[in-house]
Amino acid sequence: MAVSRDDVLHVASLARIAIDEERLPELTTQLSTILSHMEILAQVSTEGVTPSVGVGDAGLPLREDAGPKLPLAEPLDRFAPAMRDGLLLVPRLATHEDAGGAAE
Amino acid sequence: MSNASEPGHDPAAARSAEEAVVRSFDRMRDVRAGPEGLNIILWSDREQALRDARDVDARAASGTVPGPLAGVPVVVKDNIATRTLPTTCGSKMLEGYVSPYEATVARRLREAGAILVAKANMDEFAMGSSTEFSAYGPARNPLCPARVPGGSSGGSAAAVAAGIVRIALGSETGGSVRQPAAFCGVVGVKPTYGRVSRYGLVAFASSLDQVGVLGASVDDAALALEVIAGHDPRDSTSATEPVPRYQDEARGDIRELVIGVPTEYFPDSLNADIRARCERALDAFKRLGARVREVSLPHTALAIPVYYIIAPAEASSNLARFDGVRYGIRMNGDGGGLREMYEQTRARGFGPEVTRRILLGTYVLSAGYYDAYYRKAQEVRTLIATDFHDVFDDEVDLLFTPTTPTTAFELGARAEPYEMYLNDIFTATVNLAGVPAISLPIGRVDGLPVGGQLIASHFNEERMFRAAYALERVLGEEARQ
Repeated sequence: MAVSRDDVLHVASLARIAIDEERLPELTTQLSTILSHMEILAQVSTEGVTPSVGVGDAGLPLREDAGPKLPLAEPLDRFAPAMRDGLLLVPRLATHEDAGGAAE
Repeated sequence: MSNASEPGHDPAAARSAEEAVVRSFDRMRDVRAGPEGLNIILWSDREQALRDARDVDARAASGTVPGPLAGVPVVVKDNIATRTLPTTCGSKMLEGYVSPYEATVARRLREAGAILVAKANMDEFAMGSSTEFSAYGPARNPLCPARVPGGSSGGSAAAVAAGIVRIALGSETGGSVRQPAAFCGVVGVKPTYGRVSRYGLVAFASSLDQVGVLGASVDDAALALEVIAGHDPRDSTSATEPVPRYQDEARGDIRELVIGVPTEYFPDSLNADIRARCERALDAFKRLGARVREVSLPHTALAIPVYYIIAPAEASSNLARFDGVRYGIRMNGDGGGLREMYEQTRARGFGPEVTRRILLGTYVLSAGYYDAYYRKAQEVRTLIATDFHDVFDDEVDLLFTPTTPTTAFELGARAEPYEMYLNDIFTATVNLAGVPAISLPIGRVDGLPVGGQLIASHFNEERMFRAAYALERVLGEEARQ
């Protein structure tokens, strides 16, 4: 199935990645080409086949929802892009822009 | 530039940990392992490594047994969290990032007495088969610098091939340890899924990812796996099976071992010289008393389409965490809002291949395409895994195949994404089925190494080590011809 320019823009939006206009034609062609190689799968009969969600037969092992605390070797503010009063700072949501004052 | 294969550069031959570390750093300098040369090493700290080495030497002098890897210098792939040195996954997204915690495999190496000397270059977030997709520039093959070392663990394999270390850690999702091992003429091991803890391995595709080892010999690789394997309560997918003594087990007899040769891995189109090296290895197995017979894994040809749906799908989810909020770079968009921050951070932080795979993964998971691509790929994955179950249930102990369809190619030779993906054709099946495999040098073509691959059933690594060790011994110098 050929991927359109709008498809690329749509998935880029879902993936939260800005795509420069000049990269769009090449990305569109590349994704179309890659997906064309996937079409062989449609010819494979998988009736009654259970999809693999992992490689183990036993499924995901569960354990008690507890465990020792794992202290960080470095405090969060040594690597977080922006913090204040022990909280991570992010720009305001567009829906809150009128609430006054930027968050940072 | 020195020839990496010249003798006399064995850090393990040193009399102390400090001397071993000095030799390792001397070797890095001599082969020009940094960005000005081969570009296989991204981060190193000589003074820290020397401090760690002196500590091991002091423990040894005081009568404390420092562990099975006492004073052994090691290189670790840049997507494995270490206490010292940055962990950037070869990406601008994590430039300068030093992990606040340590991967279980890094801790186990350290507790066994190993000394971390450097972090190795890699394809960004382990997405690639050549180490050309590193944000810090492509790495080069020490045996032929015009060619790639393979990938994504290209820096780790090249560090072993260049004689900087005898043991390095890499990671596998679709062949990222075995393929560079084959291209660089070293040993590469992909353990059974669950054999080794993934705690501290930056996630790419969680149902496929596994830490692997690169070694100068089968013996080195067996010892390294012995050290890092075993259950870890911090990784719910790590298995509780006991860990055999791989190094001892490798010395066992291979008489009566049944080695299956899957016809699908030897198509008519296979390079004749690679086929000839494989046939020589199979003859050697027969001389050692193993029985060799043809088998079939009928869904092999579907592995690449399946892999390149499942891995990008999981990656698109896993890499959502790189959003500029908690760690890594942050770019604020013109609009100044949260969404612009996400979009600009991810646009500037991710390179072209990572972006491509995230978009591909998002596409196959999106409404309207999920069943046709992702669910279908999961079903065919079951068929691929069943192929392996069937041959191993039919009294086959091991499978033998070429590791790669070609030898190391020149930088820039695989311009089209799908052309690059086809490098994984003989390795990705193993990850999809979760079984273990090893690649070891079985000869050369035009001076470039050829890898042979042995595949075992789940948690039977000792069997593949035994066959690989015997083959390594019997081929001897032939493995370099």
